[in-house]
Amino acid sequence: MEWKFAGDQPVYQQIMATIRGAILQGELLPGKKIPSVRDLAAQARVNPNTVQRALTELEREGLLLSGGTSGRSVTEDQQTLEAMREETLKELARECVEKFRVFGVSAEQAAQLIRTLEEE
Amino acid sequence: MILEQYTLQTRGLTKTYPGAVALRDLELNLPKGKIIGLLGPNGSGKTTLIKLVAGLLTPTGGEITVCGKPVGPQTKALISYLPDRPYFGKQGKVAEQLDFFEDFYQDFSRLRAERMLQELGISPQSRFRELSKGNQEKVQLVLVMSRRAKLYLLDEPIGGVDPAARDYILNTILNNFDQDGTIVISTHLIADVEQVLDEFVFLHQGRIVRSGNVDQAREETGKSLDELFREVFKCLPNC
Repeated sequence: MEWKFAGDQPVYQQIMATIRGAILQGELLPGKKIPSVRDLAAQARVNPNTVQRALTELEREGLLLSGGTSGRSVTEDQQTLEAMREETLKELARECVEKFRVFGVSAEQAAQLIRTLEEE
Repeated sequence: MILEQYTLQTRGLTKTYPGAVALRDLELNLPKGKIIGLLGPNGSGKTTLIKLVAGLLTPTGGEITVCGKPVGPQTKALISYLPDRPYFGKQGKVAEQLDFFEDFYQDFSRLRAERMLQELGISPQSRFRELSKGNQEKVQLVLVMSRRAKLYLLDEPIGGVDPAARDYILNTILNNFDQDGTIVISTHLIADVEQVLDEFVFLHQGRIVRSGNVDQAREETGKSLDELFREVFKCLPNC
């Protein structure tokens, strides 16, 4: 996982986004254990309390399952995984549309641009 | 009210030097298991506060408790303190400092210290004066973090070292942090420490001008702690 933090957003939310990304990219696999809080904190160079908070939130979303002493694992529930994928992609699209809007480009025009790029 | 759930509490803490007030009426409640940034420009009172808590200075007024106990011989055993300047004799060997810490502090783990020194490639047989400034600072931090203290007071731990050494120091702090201890880091290099902190205290001319949870402040203001610091201190006189 690559850890980069923007200044203007809570760190725990950025950790959540990185973990979601790792699941989407197949770096963390459904049903498999994820690294411990301590290991993640050391990798990301952040406070373990902040990692703990991010993982607890992801558990609440159902994306991670707590296995008690054996650590946390990624859910195998297809519906939850699909919902997370959809939400992440939507968020990406939302950010993209906002950036285009700054330049006065509508979502439709942006889509047209993306299609043209695809064809090239 | 003095509560034991707080690792560090101050009530109306005041310290005046002849002709100057270093701290005025400071109220602090620092909980267990957190990393707290004590942040402020030079001369804001950071070192004075740390020295008062460590028992090296006497308050002019108010009180300080560590784990519910007033500052004194009892609390010295609970506190692991890293001063803002080197305090070891330059002639001595690193191993002699290990001996000293082992004799002096019951909660010191020699094994842990030796393991960290090995990672750093520093031989216990080397003399302090033979080490670079960065390595001298790392050795001191290794010693301080090899204790299982309740309260760690780190005064400018990343002050005079290069960015690579800074990373090493912050990693060492994180790797040795556990839920029983509280770590207070004083610095003016906010961008470097903000990912590591749970909470922050902005100090200006001996008063707290803002404090709270770092992520909450980011959420509320949409700013990094560094930006918030610049904004808060820009509006204040004399800095």
